[in-house]
Amino acid sequence: MASPIIELEAVAKTFESRAGATEALRAVSLAVDAGELVSIIGPSGCGKSSLLRIVGDLVEPSAGTVRVNGKSARQARLDRDYGIVFQTPVLYEWRTVLENVQLPLELAGRPRAEREQRPRALLRLVGLEEFAGHYPWQLSGGMQQRVSIARALALNPSILLMDEPFGALDEMTRERLNQELLQVCAETAATTLFVTHSIAEAVFLSTRIVVMSPRPGRIERVVTVDLPQPRAGTTRALPRFFELVTEVRRSLREDPGLAGEQARPGASGSR
Amino acid sequence: MVAAIAVIWEAAKILFGLPSYQLPHLHEIAADFFREGAGGELWLWIMTQNAAYTALESLIGFALGGVTGLVLAVAFAHSRWLERGLLPYVVASQTVPILAIAPMIVVWLGTSWFSKAVIAAYLTFFPVTVNMSRGLRAVDSDALALMRALSASSRQIFFKLRFPASLPYLFTALRISATASVIGAIVGELPVGSRYGMGVVIINAAQYYNWRPANLWAAIAVSAAIGILFYHAVAAVERRVVSWSRTAPAI
Repeated sequence: MASPIIELEAVAKTFESRAGATEALRAVSLAVDAGELVSIIGPSGCGKSSLLRIVGDLVEPSAGTVRVNGKSARQARLDRDYGIVFQTPVLYEWRTVLENVQLPLELAGRPRAEREQRPRALLRLVGLEEFAGHYPWQLSGGMQQRVSIARALALNPSILLMDEPFGALDEMTRERLNQELLQVCAETAATTLFVTHSIAEAVFLSTRIVVMSPRPGRIERVVTVDLPQPRAGTTRALPRFFELVTEVRRSLREDPGLAGEQARPGASGSR
Repeated sequence: MVAAIAVIWEAAKILFGLPSYQLPHLHEIAADFFREGAGGELWLWIMTQNAAYTALESLIGFALGGVTGLVLAVAFAHSRWLERGLLPYVVASQTVPILAIAPMIVVWLGTSWFSKAVIAAYLTFFPVTVNMSRGLRAVDSDALALMRALSASSRQIFFKLRFPASLPYLFTALRISATASVIGAIVGELPVGSRYGMGVVIINAAQYYNWRPANLWAAIAVSAAIGILFYHAVAAVERRVVSWSRTAPAI
């Protein structure tokens, strides 16, 4: 078997502040194979975002090792192996949609022809080709998030890091973007780490779901999602889908803040 | 709006029984532009020449102060240490009354246009430094994380993120500075020895105020017009440059 793309070993994180030390993560070990989509789910403050940022070398772990593509996380970042999507679209508002998608190619100093063609192809992929010349504020929250996904794919990264990318969107937009994301992942063959609050979303998207405990975050369980591929709208109606949702929910039940899906915050349309 | 001010002006004159040396009629002020000066030239022409002179000094001072302010802001944003060391002096420089410092600058640099531009710059740079250093720091943390994830150089982070993100802050400062630079130039023209500019016109008009009050009021109106013109010029550039922002103000 091929070696994993992402490999975490006994990763821990303690944040120091004037108020004292906060232990965010404790002894997290995880291996993600090529082409997998692994969701990380857990109550608020369980350190799942920190875990994602540790993988992306945006936050230093206090202990443990991170290997990405057989390199250190830092080297992987310098090699531009990552595409990243945040909860908010983080589009640069002085750039048009097209220019936002061009940004990673510009930073990497890619040739002009590629800077012109690839962003257009990506905008086509996320269905926003005709909005290339628009400014971010002219787009809805869901459209902005699709632009940010296109931008994350600009350098054809081997790893996609997604930090609750659809958390601020309404349920219908979220489900549509879930579907689109699967197509995008299938076409780009990226390995994806996906942080979410939504159990249904995690079950629908993932090959595996990492359930985390409240602070300090540890891996409570890893649920393998054995739903048939490719996933489609009908997947959500399968009995197995509900079984898995229940299984994940039960693993999370200890936490009062996430007793059910409905507890998810920020179900507003515009962001 | 202009009509409303005119009505209030004339009403106040009647209501409080103000004689012309306290508040001349608006038509008296207007008529002053069409009076001949000592050299036989129309006051309209005299005012225009002096206004152009002041405007030029202000413009140079504005550019000088803008660049100085920008350089300081970038330096401060780069180094907390530098900010902590220099900011108290920058603040102190603005607490000294400009009326006190202006004659000194004229003494040091002479009565040419340059000393006036320096005084205009003195008033211009401060809002730019304060606002811009704030803007450079106010960059969204995820926008920075994105740059880091894409392994951007600090040069790229500055030119592709920090600088464009702080442009709205810069223009807010430049609007304030635009009017301040005109004040600076006029104050710089007040000390003895200056020969041109609205400051000189104001001083002379003030000396003969009892004899011809409308002259001073006309000079005030012209000076204000320069400031208003500057302000709108900056606002127009802002609308072009920051056209992407939905928070760009209408005026």
